[in-house]
Amino acid sequence: MTVLEVSGLSKAFGGVQAVRGLGFTLAAGELLAMIGPNGAGKSTCFNMLNGQLRPDAGSATLAGTSLIGLAPHAIWRLGVGRTFQITATFRSMSVRENVQMALLSFHGGLMRFWTPAAARHRDEAADLLARVGIAELADRACGILAYGDLKRVELAVALANRPRLLLMDEPTAGMAPGERAALMETIAGLAKRENIAVLFTEHDMDAVFAHADRLIVLNRGALIAAGSPAEVRADARVREVYLGAGGAH
Amino acid sequence: MTANVVIQFLNGLAGASSLFLVATGLSIIFGVSRIVNFAHGSLYMLGMYLAWSLIAFFGRGSPFGFWGGVLGAALAVGVAGALVEMLVLRRIYRAPEMFQLLATFALVLVVKDAALWLWGAEDLLGPRAPGLRGAVEILGRRVPEYDLLLIAVGPVVLGLLWLLMNRTRWGTLVRAATQDREMVAVLGVDQAKLFTSVFFLGAFLAGLGGALQLPREPANLAVDLSIVADAFVVVVVGGMGSIGGAFLAALLIAQAKAMCIAIGDVELFGTVFSFSKFTLVAEFAIMAAVLVVRPWGLLGRPPAAARGAGAVEPPLVPPGPLFWPAAMLAVLVLALVPLGGEGYALVLLIDIAIFALFAASLHFLMGPAGMVSFGHAAYFGLGSYAAGLAFLKLGWPVEAALLAAPAIGGAGALLFGWFCVRLSGVYLAMLTLAFAQIVWSVVFQWDAFTGGSNGLVGLWPQGWLKDRTTLYLAVLLVSALGIFALWRMVHAPFGYALRAARDSALRADAIGIDVRRFQWIGFALAGTFAGLAGGLFAFSKGSISPETLGVARSVDGLVMVLLGGVQTLTGPVLGATAFTLLQDEIARATTYWRAVLGLAILAIVLVFPMGIAGALRILVARAGAGR
Amino acid sequence: MLVAENLDGFYGRAQVLFGMSLSVGAGEVVVLLGRNGAGKSTTLKSLVGLVELGAGSVAFEGTRIERLPSHRIARLGIGYVPEDRRIFTDLTVMENLEVGRQPARAGAAPWTPERLFDLFPNLAAMRDRPGGRMSGGEQQMLTIARTLMGNPRLVLLDEPSEGLAPVIVEEMARTIRTLKAEGVSVLLAEQNLHFARAVADRAHVVEKGRSRFAGTMDALMGDAAARAAFLEV
Repeated sequence: MTVLEVSGLSKAFGGVQAVRGLGFTLAAGELLAMIGPNGAGKSTCFNMLNGQLRPDAGSATLAGTSLIGLAPHAIWRLGVGRTFQITATFRSMSVRENVQMALLSFHGGLMRFWTPAAARHRDEAADLLARVGIAELADRACGILAYGDLKRVELAVALANRPRLLLMDEPTAGMAPGERAALMETIAGLAKRENIAVLFTEHDMDAVFAHADRLIVLNRGALIAAGSPAEVRADARVREVYLGAGGAH
Repeated sequence: MTANVVIQFLNGLAGASSLFLVATGLSIIFGVSRIVNFAHGSLYMLGMYLAWSLIAFFGRGSPFGFWGGVLGAALAVGVAGALVEMLVLRRIYRAPEMFQLLATFALVLVVKDAALWLWGAEDLLGPRAPGLRGAVEILGRRVPEYDLLLIAVGPVVLGLLWLLMNRTRWGTLVRAATQDREMVAVLGVDQAKLFTSVFFLGAFLAGLGGALQLPREPANLAVDLSIVADAFVVVVVGGMGSIGGAFLAALLIAQAKAMCIAIGDVELFGTVFSFSKFTLVAEFAIMAAVLVVRPWGLLGRPPAAARGAGAVEPPLVPPGPLFWPAAMLAVLVLALVPLGGEGYALVLLIDIAIFALFAASLHFLMGPAGMVSFGHAAYFGLGSYAAGLAFLKLGWPVEAALLAAPAIGGAGALLFGWFCVRLSGVYLAMLTLAFAQIVWSVVFQWDAFTGGSNGLVGLWPQGWLKDRTTLYLAVLLVSALGIFALWRMVHAPFGYALRAARDSALRADAIGIDVRRFQWIGFALAGTFAGLAGGLFAFSKGSISPETLGVARSVDGLVMVLLGGVQTLTGPVLGATAFTLLQDEIARATTYWRAVLGLAILAIVLVFPMGIAGALRILVARAGAGR
Repeated sequence: MLVAENLDGFYGRAQVLFGMSLSVGAGEVVVLLGRNGAGKSTTLKSLVGLVELGAGSVAFEGTRIERLPSHRIARLGIGYVPEDRRIFTDLTVMENLEVGRQPARAGAAPWTPERLFDLFPNLAAMRDRPGGRMSGGEQQMLTIARTLMGNPRLVLLDEPSEGLAPVIVEEMARTIRTLKAEGVSVLLAEQNLHFARAVADRAHVVEKGRSRFAGTMDALMGDAAARAAFLEV
């Protein structure tokens, strides 16, 4: 079942075409990796799907609903979870509270002025933390967490609205090598078990080729290749612009 | 009519020059150092006073005496600015923004008292410029020659600044550093020297603006905060960091004011509207219109992403089992104080209770909501005046008048907050100050309704609240309940959502929080509680004046919150207590209590650049490790 | 000329360098190779004081520089060309060059705008154009020219071929060879092995924040195992 359908997506910044005519589809339970050199337009594409940027042209629909022109908080309500390249968490809150916030928002309980927030959705938060493997960190402050753990907090927060689609911008950037593989395992497991579509960018090719079901390759804003990991690895153009001469091996 | 408009137009042009000089200096300093120099108005004031003295020293009669004095004053103020940078600000560039702000507040206090000590409290009438004492006849009206000179000064300085910025290596470096300081350093430019010279220029311009204004306006001790508020408006309207924008905005605002005066009284539908009294409303209208269309000002650009992460606040901890009993006991003990008599202590305690609520409402805005307000007294004052006017003019009973206070304070915050939450950081802070200044001048100028500079008198409650002890208990109870309500909100989902938006607007938005909407409601709530405090204030003092909502009171509130610590919820209560007691104590010992307070704040900032709370935490950690 | 040992580098709280070591000899072109995120950029930044170093030492011509502020490092003769170029977009080409200007060094002809325009003929035609209105390739040339105005003895180039059209990449390679001929040492970070091969004398292969291979370019090309281990997919 197709969850996300993107076509003709374009965006220019002051004459520089950051993304041009990008199109792809993503099915439930599928892991799609978007790769390409720095400046290829990956982040711009993410920011358009997330509502932070408005595309100049093109369409993006989530299960039939257009995402174009919606604010990020409205897109979230449609069931899109997002993690950021540089982790964005509430640093003055504990890990559990970060997840509780997302749950409060999901259950429509934020506009309350008197009842203590700390008691709300504790069990559900604990459950989400367990699913991403950091149940034991619930009471830690996010401001003092290790980088890899923060990435998992973001994942738990992104799962709080029972998303149909996860957008993950470099989920393993800045992590120690061992952590990378473990997090990718977690993400892949969630996607398969809960039938979540995952679009992610990644520079760590081990992670990409080990876990992605399909790849799309961007270069200077345009799609230059798409297909299975094996197909993309064998693509001459991709080697030339991204994987490099070493890929000829 | 035509003649009047032309004359006022020229008057507006003359007024724009000084405003432009101050605002552009503020803007240049901010561009490079990212410090909002609250003391910039103090430098302007210093320029006025120094020019007065130097002109007297060089000889009032001679052109050399006058112009030598003006230039000498500007240069001296420039040197003062450079010294401030080297001795104070350079040490705290890496400190949290709030501490930099606190340091410049402290400078305001110190400079004000230094001026009081050196020149006295009386306004000093400035000499007129030799050779320019006459007036020129234009369309049958007399225009002072000096005004015509001032009209020329603005464009000349704009031109010289343009040459300096565009035709010299120094200017090129400054423009480059405004865009990317780090890259400039990597290319081998010593930032420290660049910053000092930028402060010299900015202070020189402020000093020059003050010195040139002397023949038109006497040197006085209130000008520091009023001019810095005007400069903030100009910078916000023109766009931060843009010299041309500052010039345009200064012209626009000075002209709007002048035109209001030119229009004068207009009869509409049988009622006389006196436009000349609402010059600041025109200023507000211009600012609002510009900000809605261009949030970063006429020639401004969105600010670059916030710089490096500041101090991280720890999560909220539920209070220990002894907290509530202790708090209740404290309130109970305070309630028993009148048994010891109705002395001065009671007066002081009433003040403390009211300011604790005021500080707590400002803390709610600054801490959890992350919106720094330079003008929170506006809502306090709106509450005061709403209560006072309902009591006096509408004849409402005290209880009902007290309800009007939070309602009007909240309504004002709802109106101004709509604009404020569209901005962030220093832009937001400057806008709050501008709004507060507008409320102040409306209250100040509307003699018929608000009593103008005399304020409202005869606000003594009747009936059961007439008794001082009962009044004290009522104030204590209302303040305690107000602070408790704020505390509940901070711990409720709404307060969490505010903290979430402050920690990461990006993430808050990505989990479905409409950041602006929450901030707007938060802003209005903070105004509501400030209004409540203001209402209590009106009935406890029996009279109110425009001082109730002046910039000085906003600054007091900020100092209370920052002294107590932004990171704790008991901070504002402790800060208000400490500040009120300290102010009372020092004020009884010396006339120069502001300077003492300012120097104390400077010492704290320089010794603990990471904040009192941070310093305490380090001490506690060390003590813990030692055990 | 430059010797860096056991650098631990941090971005905020994330550690990126784990005991990185490298050296550059006088007149040498050395390349840091490795995948995205391996720590190449961070290494260059740490050498010019832009990244906090937790541990390690850096010596430049015998002077310890790891604790010096950026402007002192620049004045000692290390020029840094960032990956994202960081052109002053409001400033014209000539003004960008002016910001970079530093006094001449004994024993070397100073760089002047005219000499730089010989090296980058494209720039000569757009002296008064604001940096923000230039193409990526032109900006890349300008950022190098701007750094050369400081008469550096060692230039750090972060991914100079990144995002550039093949012809511009060719030009970039020529530029680096010219610099070498002028006696300027170069340390560059690269992902493009082709490009590295065309300009570099020696290579460090960076993986997970440390140097995993150090040797001549020829040795690297002959060592299929080293390439396979750290560079290839």
